[in-house]
Amino acid sequence: MQNQIGAPKGLSLSDPRVRAWLFQIITVVAVVALGWYLFHNTQTNLQHRGITSGFDFLERSAGFGIAQHLIPYTEQDSYARVFVIGLLNTLLVTFIGIVLATLLGFIIGVARLSPNWMINKLATVYVETFRNIPPLLQILFWYFAVFLTLPGPRGSININDAFFISNRGLNMPGASVAEGFWPFVVSLVLAILAIVLMVRLANRRFEATGEPFHKFWVGLFLFFGIPALSVLLFGSPLHWEMPQLKGFNFVGGWVLIPELLALTLALTIYTAAFIAEIVRSGIRSVSYGQTEAARSLGLREGPTLRKVIIPQALRVIIPPLTSQYLNLAKNSSLAAGIGYPEMVSLFAGTVLNQTGQAIEVIAITMSVYLAISISISLLMNWYNKRIALIER
Amino acid sequence: MTSHVFKPDMPPPVKTVGVLAWMRSNLFSSWLNTLLTLFALYLVWLIVPPLLQWSIFDANWVGTTRADCTKEGACWVFIQQRFGQFMYGYYPTELRWRVDLTVWLSVIGAAPLFVSRFPRKAIYGLCFLVAYPIVAYTLLHGGYLGLTTVPTSQWGGLMLTLVIATVGIVGALPLGILLALGRRSNMPAVKVVCVTFIEFWRGVPLITVLFMSSVMLPLFLPEGMSFDKLLRAMIGVILFQSAYIAEVVRGGLQAIPKGQYEAAAAMGLGYWRAMGLVILPQALKLVIPGIVNTFIALFKDTSLVIIIGLFDLLNSVKQAAADPTWLGMATEGYVFAALVFWIFCFGMSRYSMHLERKLDTGHKR
Repeated sequence: MQNQIGAPKGLSLSDPRVRAWLFQIITVVAVVALGWYLFHNTQTNLQHRGITSGFDFLERSAGFGIAQHLIPYTEQDSYARVFVIGLLNTLLVTFIGIVLATLLGFIIGVARLSPNWMINKLATVYVETFRNIPPLLQILFWYFAVFLTLPGPRGSININDAFFISNRGLNMPGASVAEGFWPFVVSLVLAILAIVLMVRLANRRFEATGEPFHKFWVGLFLFFGIPALSVLLFGSPLHWEMPQLKGFNFVGGWVLIPELLALTLALTIYTAAFIAEIVRSGIRSVSYGQTEAARSLGLREGPTLRKVIIPQALRVIIPPLTSQYLNLAKNSSLAAGIGYPEMVSLFAGTVLNQTGQAIEVIAITMSVYLAISISISLLMNWYNKRIALIER
Repeated sequence: MTSHVFKPDMPPPVKTVGVLAWMRSNLFSSWLNTLLTLFALYLVWLIVPPLLQWSIFDANWVGTTRADCTKEGACWVFIQQRFGQFMYGYYPTELRWRVDLTVWLSVIGAAPLFVSRFPRKAIYGLCFLVAYPIVAYTLLHGGYLGLTTVPTSQWGGLMLTLVIATVGIVGALPLGILLALGRRSNMPAVKVVCVTFIEFWRGVPLITVLFMSSVMLPLFLPEGMSFDKLLRAMIGVILFQSAYIAEVVRGGLQAIPKGQYEAAAAMGLGYWRAMGLVILPQALKLVIPGIVNTFIALFKDTSLVIIIGLFDLLNSVKQAAADPTWLGMATEGYVFAALVFWIFCFGMSRYSMHLERKLDTGHKR
């Protein structure tokens, strides 16, 4: 057996491995000690204040009204149900915000690359204005300076007798399930299946014979044709109810409360400014040589964009886009500033004040956001991996 | 013999030079472009004239009360009357010179740092960074040297916004660098602790962090020990921001070629000296623009302290707009606050772009 040359005998601080172990042990001990210290303090503090910890409070009746709930709710319902309502409202804002901000952001991002000077400058002004103003300020502005100063229901802005905008929010026609609903859903599923089948067959034929097929137009026809047939045969899937002005307020239909409108509008405008920049840098990252190469292969404008530019730009766009989506989800918590009933204002605000269960409530709230963050980033990482460039 | 004389150059065709040509190629090059130009002009016409009308031509500039605002447009009298509150919050009027002095000291003290040929900039910067907070705290809070104490509950307005943002970034920077080093460490225990810390703070919104620091921090501390509300908010902001700084710094560390690490090790430098003398100076230089961007984000985020009842610029405006003698002034107030935030953020983002160009010394490969 040979001794390692130069290896000191026994344990010595001059051995980097020993130091590494020592350092890690110190770190772990420090973290555990800090955790225990905080836990101990909390325990004594809670005992002194007579607060019982635990999640029993979730079963108790809440006893307050909520301005917007996506599931049925009465004041006798439990705090657990209040939590679910808050969560659903957060998800609602996040979802609407992501969809709208993506659309607006892509339009403005493309506009910033436009050769048209006017469009280009307008988009630049938009981006530079809105990304430099705090989102909370924008939310407060839309809420207090715009929506709350609108006229009441009687003087509301009337759009086609179907949409009414007033200081009570946006009243719009409400849909309810009619007799043709299930056949419509089935036909929609059938249409999607048919399109998938058609695309597969067309692709196989294209690879075998090189003959192109009008996938887009046939797909469009299938997507609208089959559900239209179902409507003709079984009747309309949804029953629309128009809002009516009765007395001082509207009756019937759906209403989007002004808090929701202000929040989604502000978040959309704010996030779109960032998405526009991401889209712009993504498209610019694809070198002009790629366009020239596509041209020299004989591809026209459309296919060049769809098959060459966009797939490469998306690789650059997706990762920062994900973090913008996460930011939007987190920024939806700014609703606490205007009292839109979502997670933070409803649960970490009202419920915390009523029950005094600070630790449990904050822990639940934080874990919800962590869960949302982690699931969005997992989803996007998966997508990113799928489209990532595979090099050698 | 006559020498050949060149004929003078013909002027370029009218279509290719001047305003007309520029407009032709930039605004009306195709029917689609023409349509877009017209659409853009329509948008501008829709937005700009009413905005100017409201904010300048029809605005009320002079007066002292709401009754003086007789014209249709904005009532800037409101901003004039409440300007002190927006800038200083409830800081006693006769002591506001102390805030002004603090600001001037920071401007004068930091000015040499922006002069590129100033000698011993690093040492000066370090001294400034250590000395200035002490001076600023003494001036703002008082209690020493015969200065009257102004409790933090009276701080407010733009001053509070700046205080929170500055303390946040100065506190978060060292913590963030340590976290970034920890995340890149070979020691699994250290790495796990750092990754958990970073991902936790990055996964939750700042608002919940502020909630936590205001309701949970008192529970975490031993009995009888209590913090000032502002300090609690600052601790929350520092912890939150350090996670973001850590990610920015990590980007810089990853961009340093492996050869630099190996070269430092070959010179016989230990970990801390290798980091301090070789890696970090290069990495931090790379990420200065990123840090400025984080600071912009932090500056915008300070407006959230409204939720825990601190009176920063935004909350001062909100409070003033709710004053019964000035009802209906919300728009003016928010527009003013937006303008202040915008000037700061836009200025910093321009500065960050300038730095990016200046510091670009060819690390990209």
